[in-house]
Amino acid sequence: MTDDLTPATGNGLAASDDGRRTFIKQASGLLGLALAPPLVGQAERLTAMAKKVEGVSEMRLKVNGALRTIKAEPRVSLLDALREHLDLTGSKKGCDHGQCGACTVLVDGRRVNSCLTLAVMAQGKEIKTVEGLAKGEELHPLQQAFLDHDGFQCGYCTPGQLMSGVACLKEGHAKTDGDVREWMSGNLCRCGAYPNIVAAIREVEKSGFKG
Amino acid sequence: MEHEPAFFETSPTPGVVGKPLNRVDGRDKVMGKAKYSAEYPLPGLTYGVLKTSDIAKGRIQSINASAALKEPGVLAVFTHLNLPKPAKTPNDAEGKKAIGAPMGFLPLTSDAIHYAGQPVALVVADTFERATQAAALVRVSYAAEAPIAAYTDKRAQRFNPEKIQDGKADGYTRRGDAQAAMAAAPVQLTAVYTHAINHHNPMEPGATTAIWEAPDRLTVYESTQGVTRTQKSLSAYLGLPQDQVRVVTKYLGGGFGCKGSCWPHTVLTALAAKGVGRPVKLVLSRKQQFTSMGHREDQTQTLRLGATKEGKLLALIHEKTSTTSPWDNYAEANSKIINLLYDCPTFESHYELARANVMTSTFTRAPGEAPGSFAIECSMDDLAYQLGLDPIEIRLRNYAEKDPSTGQPWSSKSLRQCYARGAELFGWSKRNPKAGVTKNGRLLVGYGMATASYPVHNSQGTARVRLYADGHAVVQAGATDLGTGTYTVMTQVAADSLGLAPDKVRFELGDTKLPTAPNSGGSVAAGTVSSSVYMAAQDVWERLTKMAIKDPKSPLFKAKAEDVAMENGRLQLKKDASKGEDFKALMKRAGIDDIEGSGQGKYGSGYEAGQSAATAPDAHKDEAGKHSMHSFGAHFCEVQVDPDLGTVRVTRWVSVHGAGRILNAKTARSQIIGGSIFGIGAALMEATARDPHYARYTNADLGDYHIPVNADIPDMTVEFIDEHDPYINAMGVKGIGEISMVGVSAAVANAVFHATGKRVRDLPITPDKILGTKSV
Repeated sequence: MTDDLTPATGNGLAASDDGRRTFIKQASGLLGLALAPPLVGQAERLTAMAKKVEGVSEMRLKVNGALRTIKAEPRVSLLDALREHLDLTGSKKGCDHGQCGACTVLVDGRRVNSCLTLAVMAQGKEIKTVEGLAKGEELHPLQQAFLDHDGFQCGYCTPGQLMSGVACLKEGHAKTDGDVREWMSGNLCRCGAYPNIVAAIREVEKSGFKG
Repeated sequence: MEHEPAFFETSPTPGVVGKPLNRVDGRDKVMGKAKYSAEYPLPGLTYGVLKTSDIAKGRIQSINASAALKEPGVLAVFTHLNLPKPAKTPNDAEGKKAIGAPMGFLPLTSDAIHYAGQPVALVVADTFERATQAAALVRVSYAAEAPIAAYTDKRAQRFNPEKIQDGKADGYTRRGDAQAAMAAAPVQLTAVYTHAINHHNPMEPGATTAIWEAPDRLTVYESTQGVTRTQKSLSAYLGLPQDQVRVVTKYLGGGFGCKGSCWPHTVLTALAAKGVGRPVKLVLSRKQQFTSMGHREDQTQTLRLGATKEGKLLALIHEKTSTTSPWDNYAEANSKIINLLYDCPTFESHYELARANVMTSTFTRAPGEAPGSFAIECSMDDLAYQLGLDPIEIRLRNYAEKDPSTGQPWSSKSLRQCYARGAELFGWSKRNPKAGVTKNGRLLVGYGMATASYPVHNSQGTARVRLYADGHAVVQAGATDLGTGTYTVMTQVAADSLGLAPDKVRFELGDTKLPTAPNSGGSVAAGTVSSSVYMAAQDVWERLTKMAIKDPKSPLFKAKAEDVAMENGRLQLKKDASKGEDFKALMKRAGIDDIEGSGQGKYGSGYEAGQSAATAPDAHKDEAGKHSMHSFGAHFCEVQVDPDLGTVRVTRWVSVHGAGRILNAKTARSQIIGGSIFGIGAALMEATARDPHYARYTNADLGDYHIPVNADIPDMTVEFIDEHDPYINAMGVKGIGEISMVGVSAAVANAVFHATGKRVRDLPITPDKILGTKSV
């Protein structure tokens, strides 16, 4: 379950792409080592490539199709970069520990907890937040279904639920009520809108929408 | 005082009140546009982060902030030594009262440590990361003492308070001679119920953004259930006139009681902002949330019940022991509901408190009613099984036709219908009366039910209506919307009261610049604010009627005001609807673009007293209401229990409530579902563990403090009984925020008993208790 949901960057250094190289250049060598598998060769390679960055540097993030530049420290989480640097406050901070799902965004189409993702690691990737779901004023079918089925009360977990729900549909994990309940259980809702969330996602699935 | 109009008398038909409209604020919420209190990008904004105490009792010996202050971007490290002084603190009784503080102690005012998680420093820096890092670098050395963690500690000082719940309820109640009646009762049951510490854990943590607009003028974006209460508290804390403090809460990410008061972090943030001369935003971390905004206290209840062999109650004796803080006598008033739920001639209750090194507990959704109903509703179930009666039948045999605690008649009560309709929807008749015999494969199946009740508290508020000649209106009240649907239902009420389509009405809330509304708490908001909006609309019609009957060009010229009625935005004669005109025509002729009206809505006995004083001139004007006002309902639950693993799953759920007028069928259903889920959490999983030695929480995060997730919850069925209550307010609305959770844990526990034959009286009902050998 975790494997196909975890973005490649979360697995360490198995893959190699531009985004990773940018990350390695920006993050400190120490951080790179901590993330590396315990292979001496790779660790040495990393140390050789690593450039220690302290303080504020420039980062480029592609959010909802637009390339945005921020100046921030490498320790800034993707969630804080969105909320505090880009004024994209749709993604919510509920726990900052990856336990509640309110911060869920899509990175290269996969749902991730943006509070557990460093912004530097998301460079060169397609980041999609709740602000990017609608086409102008036209709501995404799942947004409309959440409205129609009252899939929320306070609305604080809603952006995370929506992003998870969109991914859930795309993953093919919305074929039964039971599937939706299971695959949406990483997103807490304290107001208790769960039955309505299930109804909303199922309606969109049944309409044939594939995301 | 004239008899005030009521929605029952003037409501147009058919209107939008009651209809399942989608939330009017829903679009902003699903698009990520709704701004919560920590989401205002202000120029020069800085970030505040709390440093909290690791010890639960002792003194601060020294604080070394030099490393923290050397970090880039750090503006200040505030401690008890250098925080700007507040004008008042709640550390003394007078200050506490003036502030309306939920806790008689403000951190950062001395070197004393009273509880783990108490703030000891507030660091301000130009970014969140830098403030967080600097807070970690603040070195605090303590002279620690051995703390008391809970009432269960033998060293804890125990006492019987005269008053509990901050002076709002009695510590001792007696009706008749319950001890004698108990001694003589043919059937006697004694049971001990324990309830774990619960935390509200709204998804949005406590958050404050404080901006000093001038040396004596403060604006605060605050995550609160009541902008006015926060405004009053801050004005007392800071020594500012109330109107110099503005509090704004446009969107609130849940509250459930913990955001009903002004807690220390709010004023500390305002003082820090004053200290650094820049706006400060402080958001509690999830861990800090557990020690910053109260909790439901750890408690034990002993309930003794005496009855006849036919199951008729003769006596109820209730005792509660719970943990409170070093300063306050706070306990949820559990006995209220036990005193009035059933027709029982005698009743007695005692509260006992134990001081411990914890912060003060606070109201948590259905305070008192939720844990109180757990005790009485499990005991009634127990009695039913012992006498071989159906659990519904035992409740009908003790049905209270009037309020036993006061002798007053109910303003309305539809509990019989709730039982009957709930049983029908659930299929209660299929229940095997024997416990522990129904199976689904290897799983044990159980049916349980319980009664719910919640009072109509007294409240009042005001609202303003501005009606424009082009046919739209702006309606305002300083209420909040916790997610309960205030924006939506008030739009519906205003639309019907003004004869407009809902999309022609904009309802504004969440700002102390608007007319004063009560806290959204105690289930008072819907009834109070809707009545205020309705009365404000009536004020507009009165003004327009006066204009019309003085206007020679109006068809209503020289008509008597009392003969004119409003129907769908039209002023017309009651007896001849053809004689009248649209308000737009009247206003255009008069050359006015808009007209304003204001109104006061009353909720509870104050409304009834006002109405009766108006209709009976010799009646005492401020006499209390003559009716006891409560909502009632019934929950039905099916569980399936794994006999090998001890896991309990709720597999079916039915709730039926009689709660007066329902303003929006869709949002009301969501509230009932949500409250039931909140209760299922308390029943099956929620418990904050306080280390008995260090008095620290060991699971203060959402990974270890379990709240229900989607996979824990089945589809749910909710219905409302159509109920007209003319005594409670102009709208006939009772409020449903809390009743939704009352009785829920008992319904679950009763279903667990039916499934397993085992009575678990210790919440939450975790697998270890199911697998243990005896009832607990």
